[in-house]
Amino acid sequence: MSHQAAPVGPVFTPERRAQLEALAQRYPTRQALLLPALWMAQRAHGWVTPEAIAEIAEVLEVSTAHVQGVVSFYTMYHTHPVGRHFIQVCTTSPCHMCGAADVVAALLEHTGCGELGATSPDGRFTVVEVECLGACGFVTPLLIDDDFVESVTPAGVPELLARYP
Amino acid sequence: MADPTVRLTIDGTSVEVPKGTMLIEAAKQAGVVVPHYCYHPSLPSPAVCRMCLVEVEKLPKMVPACVTPAGDGQVVHVHSPAAQKAREGVLEFLLINHPLDCPICDQAGECELQDFVFQEGQAGTRYADYPKRYNPVEDFGPDVLYIPNRCILCTRCVRFMDHVAETPVLTVAERGDRAFIGIDPAHRLDHPWSGNVVDLCPVGSLVSKDFLHKARAWDLDKTASICPGCTQGCNIMIDTRDDVVVRLRPRPNLDVNRHFMCDTGRADYRWMNRGDRQETPLVAREGALHPVEWDAAIATLAREVEATAGRTVLLVGRRSSCEAIGWAMRLLEGRDVLATMAVPMGDTAPLAGIPDLALRAERAPNLEGARRLGASARWVDALEMVPEADLVLMLDAELSDADAATIAGAARVIHLTTVADPRLGRPLAVLPVTTMAEETGVFVNRDGRAQRFLPARTPPGMARPAWSVLAAAWAEGAPERRAPSTAAEAFAMLEPFGGLTHRDLGFGGRTVPAPAGVA
Amino acid sequence: MGWPHPIHPGETPVLSTHFGDPEARTHAGWVARGGYAALRQALAMTPEAIVEEVKASGLRGRGGAGFPTGMKWSFMPKDDGKPHYLCCNADESEPGTFKDREILRWTPHALIEGCAIACLGIRAETCYIFVRGEYTEPADILEAAVAEAYAAGTLGADALGSGRRLDVIVHRGAGAYICGEETALMNAIEGKRGNPRIKPPFPAVAGLFGMPTTINNVETLAAVPHILVRGAAWYAGLSRSSPKSTGTKLISVCGHVRRPGTYEITMGLPMDELIFDLCGGMHDGRSLKAVIPGGSSVPILTAAEVAGCPTDYEGIAAAGSLLGSGGMIVMDDSTDMVFQIMRLARFYAHESCAQCTNCREGTAWTTRILERILRGEGSPSDLDLLLDIADNMTGRTICVLSDSCATPVISGIRKFRGEFDAYLSGDRAPALVEA
Repeated sequence: MSHQAAPVGPVFTPERRAQLEALAQRYPTRQALLLPALWMAQRAHGWVTPEAIAEIAEVLEVSTAHVQGVVSFYTMYHTHPVGRHFIQVCTTSPCHMCGAADVVAALLEHTGCGELGATSPDGRFTVVEVECLGACGFVTPLLIDDDFVESVTPAGVPELLARYP
Repeated sequence: MADPTVRLTIDGTSVEVPKGTMLIEAAKQAGVVVPHYCYHPSLPSPAVCRMCLVEVEKLPKMVPACVTPAGDGQVVHVHSPAAQKAREGVLEFLLINHPLDCPICDQAGECELQDFVFQEGQAGTRYADYPKRYNPVEDFGPDVLYIPNRCILCTRCVRFMDHVAETPVLTVAERGDRAFIGIDPAHRLDHPWSGNVVDLCPVGSLVSKDFLHKARAWDLDKTASICPGCTQGCNIMIDTRDDVVVRLRPRPNLDVNRHFMCDTGRADYRWMNRGDRQETPLVAREGALHPVEWDAAIATLAREVEATAGRTVLLVGRRSSCEAIGWAMRLLEGRDVLATMAVPMGDTAPLAGIPDLALRAERAPNLEGARRLGASARWVDALEMVPEADLVLMLDAELSDADAATIAGAARVIHLTTVADPRLGRPLAVLPVTTMAEETGVFVNRDGRAQRFLPARTPPGMARPAWSVLAAAWAEGAPERRAPSTAAEAFAMLEPFGGLTHRDLGFGGRTVPAPAGVA
Repeated sequence: MGWPHPIHPGETPVLSTHFGDPEARTHAGWVARGGYAALRQALAMTPEAIVEEVKASGLRGRGGAGFPTGMKWSFMPKDDGKPHYLCCNADESEPGTFKDREILRWTPHALIEGCAIACLGIRAETCYIFVRGEYTEPADILEAAVAEAYAAGTLGADALGSGRRLDVIVHRGAGAYICGEETALMNAIEGKRGNPRIKPPFPAVAGLFGMPTTINNVETLAAVPHILVRGAAWYAGLSRSSPKSTGTKLISVCGHVRRPGTYEITMGLPMDELIFDLCGGMHDGRSLKAVIPGGSSVPILTAAEVAGCPTDYEGIAAAGSLLGSGGMIVMDDSTDMVFQIMRLARFYAHESCAQCTNCREGTAWTTRILERILRGEGSPSDLDLLLDIADNMTGRTICVLSDSCATPVISGIRKFRGEFDAYLSGDRAPALVEA
């Protein structure tokens, strides 16, 4: 899903526009389509570009400022390009007390990212810390792109990363 | 049948208010100000600043006074120890990231954060040795700078642009203590009423570039006035420092402009400070204009009017007061007069969220007053009459080159003016008068509301209010006549206003029904 | 079941009966397991009858507030002519809580059925299930189940051939714990920043899109079909300690136990039985130090306070905490309490929506002071300062995220003061190095 290539074309291709309008039938306002529309943009381009924000604002008939306020509120929308594979590791207390910090260290090492939020030199990975992922009994959980992976250990990191070229 | 009311006690004082009144407004009636930031009477209330929390007996938690309706029988405590501690807590929280910018911040001296901290906050902070949140200054547009470090996130600016200007270009960006006010990068804050966000900002986070570092609030003298920009008649304050006008701000009037004024009016004050003013009365003698004392000047005016047999064309300037126009007409009473007001036109700019509030096309604050006093001819018609007129009497009217040439060709011209005009050749007299910023007077706005303005600066040289010059000349016409000695007297003696006085107008103005027969 | 572990005899499988059974996810599989019989039953009942049955069961909100569900449904207007909405809160983001995800990914039809019945009870035709954005797998499974239900005619304009409309729409969030607050959830569905709203107006009067709305948790709604089919009396009878805590509760146990997972227990099962028996107790050589019984926003209990405490609303309240979401975080003697409280404060600081001054600044300030203490740069007055800040953050804001940050600070300082003092005195080496 995530890639660093420059975004090509609009968010709302005829196909995606049709999807959006079908979804519009299920809500009484167009503004309610905003979170779904932002997901469509991120899936299409790998991040939410300024052009996408303007396009979504126009199609949903809301102000660009409103869309920007929403995008900056919800942490899962990227407002800049990220690595081809985006890794979100939980380090909130229940995970932290069961070794999440070691998993983070292993990820930073084996991805080559070096520090949180940075993209690896080969553009393959970005690793960030996130708050509780709701899998506290399966430490350490993480998301790689859309894949929710449970029970990750430091030893298991290299093999996990190998699955994401 | 009266609207239902509720009775309650606030800080020991009993009040009765209409049902639905919020506690924060009910408290005003009890003479109690509930400290607040995000609340504003002209904006929807989000109750986010948490300053206005008050104790209501029998309720388990303190409630925000801005969104809690007054209830019958409530006993409310605004200054109880718990409410004071709550406010002290909010102030401390606000100050942990708010920089100690007072020495360099324009808002100092008129800052609501300073005021409430001084009144109720702690003397020192317990926020030790941490860096404060930092964001760089942002240029939001034509006149507005945003200094995010000072922002207390009251969101008044966002709500103003969303709900009052109906131009949603601002938003809250990010979350938690990283939040700041963002502007849509494809837009600027150039809405014709956007300057109001500077007034709305309780702190020095949104500041005016025009006013930046110009003057300290405590150095300013503040005078109640009326915006001379258009026929809307927004109530304003003229701020002066050492007799120089440095700023115009809106003055609240719920019936005219609520809490707002447009950017055009706001910016249009520099003419009040013109240095090239006519300071001495001049009278034509032996082919040249000579400076004279006022007695001689007034005598000349009276004599020339008396000697006028034919038509008089009266050209009234766009900022002329009712007193000036009224006494010009009184001076010319019983004569053949064609009177007109010069009215430049411009674009309108409504403030969408407030009914009947707009920058009006007619850029003259007293056009309606002029009409009621008889200066209702069309400018072009009056100018056409000039070559045949016996006398052209000018009341500080602005002239195009073509108009000036026409008037220069007239035989007899008397020029009451703020600034000399060499294009007019040699008038019979040039009489220096005050601007509306230097005198007391009344404007009547487009809705027929007569509103008073006060002098904000001293007149230069020998300049006098136009009404006093004209009334003095009128008094010379008959021994039993007595000229009014004050603007209030001058106004009260004007027939079209039926004896209404300045005192009757107060500082909120009063709608005066148009007399029958006035267009 | 103690998912992912085999069902323990101490459990009472009701909602969790089919956890781990992929067949149960399908529409056909669900029907074969008795699914949608309750919906059929509900379609033949009046809304009042449905509400009364749920009231009689004693079901209380399983998301954290514990408000009686039947009573909440009864707040909806009867005859107003406006569209009514049901929102299902699947935002599950409270640290320690991971039980709704199991319902979503193993028995999505149980949730759909519960939502449909709730709609009938509150006179709504439309239900929005708000799933947190991070729950990619559960949301995909839920969306597939919803599609199947429409295809089978269970949902749609003619639900189960009744001639009545029942619509379920899955709406994904995008990373904000605060959207688990019911009014913020509605704002997120409406396409706005997830800011909680001032109440009044309450959702039952003016909620989603300004219309009368009820918001219920996933677990709450999943219990409804069972109540209808097996009867309110059966549900009310599942109670071991307090008659006001009935039915079963999914407790997601995490932290320092041998078998973390989601366990379904009868209300009132002793907490030490849950921890030491069902969950296998402590790791080798470790002893219990503290438990946060209901998600990070409830007070911390010491091991002594856990002993003899029944796992239900009243029992845990009597012990000085709250059952909350049922997200139980177990901490053994290896736990650095100060660090974990700091990490919780950092969580709340990250999630604060920024509306209220007290929360926006207080969560961050609290975090900074705790970090400073952990760096060995604290002073004794810091503890009083933390408690005063916590006091200024409690009962002062639009929602309770602010209070939730204050709670572990207050209970932590009160019950584990020694650990704070150790950092202040320098007896304990700093746990953090940089600012």
